[in-house]
Amino acid sequence: MAEKLDLHLNKSCKRGRRALPQQPHPAASPPPSPQGGGEAAAPVLRLSGITKRFGPLVANNGISFDLKRGEVIALLGENGAGKTTLMNILFGHYVADEGTVEVFGKQLPAGDPRAALDAGVGMVHQHFTLAENMTVLENIALGTQSAWKLRLDRAAARKRISKLAGDFGLAVNPDATVSTLSVGERQRVEILKALYRDARILILDEPTAVLTPAEADALFRTLKLLVAQGLSIIFISHKLHEVMAVSDRVLVLRSGKLAGEQVTAETSRAELASLMVGQEVASPKVAEPKIGAVALELKSVSAAGQGSSHRLDGLSLELRAGEITGLAGVSGNGQATLAALIAGVLKPASGEVVVQGASMRDWSPRAALGGGVARIPEDRHAVGTIGDMSVTENVIAERYATARFSRRGFLDWKAAKNFAEEIIRDYDVKCPSPDARIRLLSGGNMQKLILGRALDPDPAVILANQPTRGLDVGAVAFVHRRLLEARERGAAILLISEDLEEVLALSDRILVMSKGRLSSPSRRGERTIRELGELMAGHGEGMAA
Amino acid sequence: MRLEPKPAPSLGVTLLFPIAAIVVTLLITSLLVLAAGASPFSVFYLVAKGAAGSQFALLETLTRATPLIFTGLAVAVAFRAKLWNIGAEAQLYIGGVVTVVLGTGALPLPSYLLIPIIMIASMAAGALLLLGPAVLKTRFGVDEVVTTLLLNFIVLLFVSMLLEGVLKDPMGLGWPQSSKVIAEAQLPRIIQGKRLHYGFVIAVVAAIIAWIIMKKTVLGYEMRAVGHNPEAASFAGIPVNRVLMKTALLSGGLAALAGFSEVSGLKGNLTLDLSPGYGYSGIVVAMLAMLNPLGVIASAIFVAGIFVGADAMSRTAGVPSYIAQVMVATALLTMVTAILLTRFRVRWR
Repeated sequence: MAEKLDLHLNKSCKRGRRALPQQPHPAASPPPSPQGGGEAAAPVLRLSGITKRFGPLVANNGISFDLKRGEVIALLGENGAGKTTLMNILFGHYVADEGTVEVFGKQLPAGDPRAALDAGVGMVHQHFTLAENMTVLENIALGTQSAWKLRLDRAAARKRISKLAGDFGLAVNPDATVSTLSVGERQRVEILKALYRDARILILDEPTAVLTPAEADALFRTLKLLVAQGLSIIFISHKLHEVMAVSDRVLVLRSGKLAGEQVTAETSRAELASLMVGQEVASPKVAEPKIGAVALELKSVSAAGQGSSHRLDGLSLELRAGEITGLAGVSGNGQATLAALIAGVLKPASGEVVVQGASMRDWSPRAALGGGVARIPEDRHAVGTIGDMSVTENVIAERYATARFSRRGFLDWKAAKNFAEEIIRDYDVKCPSPDARIRLLSGGNMQKLILGRALDPDPAVILANQPTRGLDVGAVAFVHRRLLEARERGAAILLISEDLEEVLALSDRILVMSKGRLSSPSRRGERTIRELGELMAGHGEGMAA
Repeated sequence: MRLEPKPAPSLGVTLLFPIAAIVVTLLITSLLVLAAGASPFSVFYLVAKGAAGSQFALLETLTRATPLIFTGLAVAVAFRAKLWNIGAEAQLYIGGVVTVVLGTGALPLPSYLLIPIIMIASMAAGALLLLGPAVLKTRFGVDEVVTTLLLNFIVLLFVSMLLEGVLKDPMGLGWPQSSKVIAEAQLPRIIQGKRLHYGFVIAVVAAIIAWIIMKKTVLGYEMRAVGHNPEAASFAGIPVNRVLMKTALLSGGLAALAGFSEVSGLKGNLTLDLSPGYGYSGIVVAMLAMLNPLGVIASAIFVAGIFVGADAMSRTAGVPSYIAQVMVATALLTMVTAILLTRFRVRWR
C-alpha cells in the first residue's frame, strides 16, 4: 500500500522465470519449475457454467473461467456478488445446482472438500481456522497424517515447514503457540498449511483485510514467489488498488454473474469500479470544514483494555463540531477501547469525558445516546444488529423506550414501522419489507440501516468505527457521503478505520493510535501514507507522550 | 450430510411441518406398539378415544392440560429471553406451599378476596425462587440450567420436610399431606360434579396475557432482543440484566400458578405427588408450541391428551401406558427436526 509501484508484480516473474533480484533468498534453488515454456498449457482449473440458487436468489449464474498455471486471478465484486459462494463451490463446501469444476483436467466430485484438498486446492479463509492453543507446527501438520498414528513426526514436519517458509518468505517460529501470534503471522501459518498439503492452487479470501500496509507488502512478495514456482492463485478482494497490483487478470462479479473479464495491464481502476457497480463512481468531494466548538472531550482518560484491544493511559482527545477526526491504526492498539468508552459501553478507570459541555457520570449506552452521541459499531452482525429480528425491530432498538415509540409500556408498532419505512426510503435500503429479518439483508444494506438509525436524531457527536469495512464500492460511497453531510450539519465525527485511504479521503484531522497512545494530529494532506504507516507501526516522529 | 440455510418458508409449509411431525411420531411409535403385540391402529384409536372420545375424556384432558399450560408458559417466556428455566417443577411446588399456608384458614376472607391474594402470593414466591438463579447468572455467570435444575430437588425435599412437620395434616392418619384448603380458597368447578375447574380459564387468560406481553409491550420486545442477541441488545441500550430479572419474575410466577391451580382447583391439599413432572413436561409443551404463548394452549392439550388417552388405552389394550411418554418424547424430537427443516435444507454429500 505504501508504495503502490512496488506492488506491481514484475510480469517476468509470473512467466515462470526465477530471477528475483530483490529477493536474495533460498528460493534460488527450488525444484526446477515444470513451467518451462508451455505458455499455452492446459488450464489448472476450469469452472464451467456454475449456477447456484438459494431459493429465489441466484447467487451464481452460469459462471465459467479458466485459471492457468502461474497466474494470479483477482475475483472482484461487491459484497453479495457471489464471490464467496463461488469459492465455496470450488472448495466443495456447497454443491452447485449446475456446472462442473475441473482441476488439472479431472472433474472434482461435488461437495467434497477432501477431494478438493487432495487435488491440490488450498484455501486461506478470511477468518482463520487455526487451533489457538496448539503450536504452529501442530496446526500445520494437523490432519495430514493418519489419526491412528500416535506420534507426530515432528522432525520431518519441522524440516518441511522451514524449507517452505524459507522458499516463500513466510517466516514464522514453528514452536510458537498460535494464540501468541500476530494476525499477519497467523495468515502466514494458514498459507504454510495449504503449501504443506501440496496445494497447487491457492485461494485467498480478502487476505489483506486484517493486515498493516507493511504486512500486506510482505504478502504480495510471497505471492510473487509462489507464482514463480508455478502455483496459481485466486485472490478475492474488493480493494481495487490491490487487485491492480497483484493480479494478471481480473474477473468482475456482479449480482451472481460474470460482469467482465479484464487483463490487469490493460484496464484501469475506474473501469473495474464501474464494472463492479454498473456505473461510474466518483470519489467524494470534500468542502472546507466549518469547525465549531468542542463537542466531545476526553481529559486524561485511563481505561482497561476492551477485549484484545490495548488499554488507555491518560489519553486526551477533543472532537470539534463540523470536523471529521480520522483515527488510523492497526487493530488491537486501543481503538476498540476508545470506541467502547465513547459509546458508553466501558467505564473509564480515571479521567473525565465531557459531552457537549456536560461531564458524563452515568456510563451506559443510553446515557451516551442521551448526550447526543451516535454510534456505528465495528461489527454490524454481532453488535450492530439483531439478526433474527425484523428491520423495524432493529431500527427502534436505540430509542424504543422514548415517547415516540412507546406509551405506558406498550410499543407503538405503527410509529415503529413508519420510522423503518422512512429509513428504508431515505437511506436507499434494499429490503423486501420492514418485516423482513435483518439477517437476510446484505452487509451494505445492513450498514445503511444502522447509519439511518444513528443519524436520524441529528446527533452532535458521531462515532463511526470501521463504517465501511467489507462493504462494496457503492455502499462505501454512500456511507462516506452521509458522514460528510453530517459534518456539514455540524456534527463532530470520530472516524476509526484501518483503511488508510478512507481516513485520508474523509478526515480533516488525522490521528494515529499505537499501543494505546495517540500521535500528534495532522491536518488534511500534512502526512503521507508512508509517514502514517510508520506511526501505525509504533515508530516514527510524532507519537505524543 | 450438511445443512444449508434457506429463506423463510411460506405459511402453508410452516403449518404443514407440525402435522408431518405428528405423522412421523405415530409411525415411529407404532413400531413399539407392534413390539408390544398390539395393532397400532386400534391403539392409536383407543388413545384418541380416551383423550377426546367422550365428555368425560375431554374434560379430563383439559383438567390435565391446565398445569401444563402454566408451566409451558413459564418455560416459553423464559426461553424466549434465553433464560433456561428448568426449575418450573420447584416453582410449582412453592406455589402449592403458599396456597396451603394461606388457604387453610389463616386468612378468614371471602373468596373474591382470598383467591386473588393467594394467587398473587404464589406468583411472588415462585418469582422470588427464580430470581436467585437469575441474580447468580447475571452477577457471577453461574449457569442457570444447573441452579434451577438442582433447586427442583432442594424444593421437593423442603416440601417433604414441611409435610412431615409444620404443614402436616393432624387428621391425616400420619400421611405426609397438608390439611385441605378451606372452601373460600377453592377454585369452583366449571361444570358441577366434574373435575374441570376454573384454573383452566385462568390458564387460558394467562396465555393470552403472556402473548400480549411478548407481542405488544416494551418488555416483550426487550426479552426477544436479549434472547436473540444479548450483545447487540446491550449495545443498543437495552438493560440486559434488568430484562433477565423481569423475565425470571414473570416465568417463576407463571410456574407457581400451576401449583396454586392444582391445590386450589383439583387436589385441595398439598402432597408430594402434586405434580407428576409437570415442570419438566412444560419444557416439551413450550418447545412443541415453538415458544408461542397461544400455541402453548394447543400443545398442552395435545400432550395432556396423549397422557390421558394412553391411560385409558392401556386399560383396554394391555399396552403399558409408558407408551405415552415415548410418544411425547418422540413428538418433541420430530418437532425439533421439523423446525430445523423449515429453516435449513439438508444436502447429502
